[in-house]
Amino acid sequence: MNAWLIRGARVLGADPTDITIEDGLITELAPAGRATKVAGQVIDADGLIALPGLVDLHTHLREPGREDAETVASGTAAAALGGYTVVHAMANTDPVADTAGVVEQVWRLGREAGYADVQPVGAVTAGLKGTQLAELGAMAESAAQVRMFSDDGQCVSDATLMRRALEYVKAFDGVIAQHAQEPRLTQGAQLNEGEMSARLGLTGWPAVAEEAIVARDCLLADHVGAALHICHVSTAGSVEIIRWAKSKGWRVTAEVTPHHLLLTDQLAAGYDPVYKVNPPLRTAADVAALREGLADGTIDCVATDHAPHPAESKETEWSIAAFGMTGLETALRAVHEAMVTTGLIDWAELADRMSRRPAAIGRLARTHGRPLAAGEPASLVLYDQAPVTAVDPAAHASRSRNTPFAGIKLPGQVIATFLRGTPTVLQGRLCR
Amino acid sequence: MNRHLISAADLSLADAISILDTAEELARLAERPIPKLPTLRGRTVVNLFYEDSTRTRISFEAAAKRLSADVINFSAKGSSVAKGESLKDTALTLQAMGADAVVIRHNASGAPHRLAEWVRGSVVNAGDGTHEHPTQALLDAFTMRRRLGRLSGLRVTIVGDILHSRVARSNVWLLHTLGAQVTLVAPPTLLPVAIGTWPCAVSYDFSSVLPASDVVMMLRVQHERMAQAYFPSVREYSRRYGLDGDRMALLPPHAIVMHPGPMNRGVEITADVADSARSTIVEQVANGVAVRMAVLYLLLGGGPGGPGMAGGPAGQAAMPEPAGVAL
Ligand SMILES: [Zn+2]
Repeated sequence: MNAWLIRGARVLGADPTDITIEDGLITELAPAGRATKVAGQVIDADGLIALPGLVDLHTHLREPGREDAETVASGTAAAALGGYTVVHAMANTDPVADTAGVVEQVWRLGREAGYADVQPVGAVTAGLKGTQLAELGAMAESAAQVRMFSDDGQCVSDATLMRRALEYVKAFDGVIAQHAQEPRLTQGAQLNEGEMSARLGLTGWPAVAEEAIVARDCLLADHVGAALHICHVSTAGSVEIIRWAKSKGWRVTAEVTPHHLLLTDQLAAGYDPVYKVNPPLRTAADVAALREGLADGTIDCVATDHAPHPAESKETEWSIAAFGMTGLETALRAVHEAMVTTGLIDWAELADRMSRRPAAIGRLARTHGRPLAAGEPASLVLYDQAPVTAVDPAAHASRSRNTPFAGIKLPGQVIATFLRGTPTVLQGRLCR
Repeated sequence: MNRHLISAADLSLADAISILDTAEELARLAERPIPKLPTLRGRTVVNLFYEDSTRTRISFEAAAKRLSADVINFSAKGSSVAKGESLKDTALTLQAMGADAVVIRHNASGAPHRLAEWVRGSVVNAGDGTHEHPTQALLDAFTMRRRLGRLSGLRVTIVGDILHSRVARSNVWLLHTLGAQVTLVAPPTLLPVAIGTWPCAVSYDFSSVLPASDVVMMLRVQHERMAQAYFPSVREYSRRYGLDGDRMALLPPHAIVMHPGPMNRGVEITADVADSARSTIVEQVANGVAVRMAVLYLLLGGGPGGPGMAGGPAGQAAMPEPAGVAL
């Protein structure tokens, strides 16, 4: 029998508790020292926070096609080290995940890797070209059971196509995750349009290019009564629009990345493309609005937008560098810093924003994002909130090193991650 | 002064004055029969040009040669750059060649910042994308000071495609540091949306600012901006923002007209204005060499006080100090 006794963990930051795990399930929660079942291996979790396994709605695993940047195996290892038990793999691979065949391939690779579950996201349009719907139904019916569809990296900018996609996936409780970027307003765009872009002579990326699509798609979602998810919200204006749409009772959800909760466009001053990301880093006022939106629930969840790139894609001039940052291994620490240290949310709310709600949006609520309670799957994280250490990209399991937090001190450390009762991380290190 | 000259914003008032004074002295020395100084003998200056700009390259080349530096021209054409070698690999090659200074012209904003991370020598920005062109601003300031005798309090109006102009950016920062009052004139589409954060005034009405301008600097406007809907037509642009004889007559008698070149005659400036006595366009080119000499001299280890003092450059060669020392 595969059994564990976790002694004295503070479940969602509450009082020390003994957690018994047997055969993949949590079988008992008892006040510290009062566990009735004496199970196999014991973990001393005194002082550690226990959280449900984290759920990422937005991961670029790069396989198939760009295995030099990341593979399903290395990406899920990074996920486990960051406390994640399931990641949603974005569709912009090569080939694009726009058929049942490709999504099943990714799904199978995830099962073989075993560090975290991999839930493929299907493309909305064939080849991410924005002209013709991909075979959404076939992907939904495949072994991967795709429910979330996104052309992420590209915006579904054609309003009619977006309307049809939103409508079409209602047949199987799907959701369209929009990368909100009006393409004409962002031609050649490099950096948030504002004081920094003006000074640096980089083509501006106006907030309105995001907000115009967010507003349009909220209206479309209402019109056809469909579910819309907004990827990586980055502006104060988007938060306002989403708050308004939610006040109408429309089926709109949203995510924010850890880097947009912590970093601003001021970091671009030295033209280091490690800070080049889509959507771009914005202003301190945007960061404040995003934090407030996540705290009050307007923004449902944190998603990493983990976007690994090989060194040569970033060791270049800013304008030809790739967009994107890694995030899986730093997300929990970054959110801890941005939201918990600042007193905006507590650990229970963090679990809600990083586990329960993203699982619900990804249509995985039956297996992930579950409460830590007897009878539930034993997918959980043990997190030490005490240490404050500089982020060391060389220690990351990701194949890529493009973290914006390199050398930055962040609080916390993931000590252990369990996926359905099996540890993927113990003592801060990958198992197996 | 920093080890590099990448942005005019990095220059303190003392740095800027030191460059202008040194340039003044070098310009005088250049009037001697043998205008070559031994100051940078044995030092290597690389001109790394990713953009075609013969005039700027020749200006830097002349400046380096008059200081007796070895000059290597590394242009995108006919080099490995065209075959797609990365800037980093090129930088490492230049490093291995022992470049003491790299003068870089690049179509990407920020390329000099990146280069400075990969080479040990000094980096001089000779124009990067739509970011900055600090030696142009220095030669413009030099020209204004020569013509008008001062910079502090000078009213300078810069007209044209501010949004995409590296010349405008460098001039705004430098002239602000030097105490001049800058007014930018452009259609609103060709101004950054955050223009309110710059240390200058803004006007959409060219004619109204001319009577209170000591200097008018006209910027080149590219025809392709029309296709991108920045303005309706070249004709309308010229009418609203071009400098012709009628507009020039609104200037005070002492005011000068500048243009960094190359000009679009008939678009932002008419031929009679460009060739008038107010125009400094030809002087700007000549002054460019003196200013670039001063920049190379100061970055590569000359001291303040200038090459004409302490024995004089025509006499003994000043021992170059190691790059990196503060001026
Ligand atoms: Zn995206």
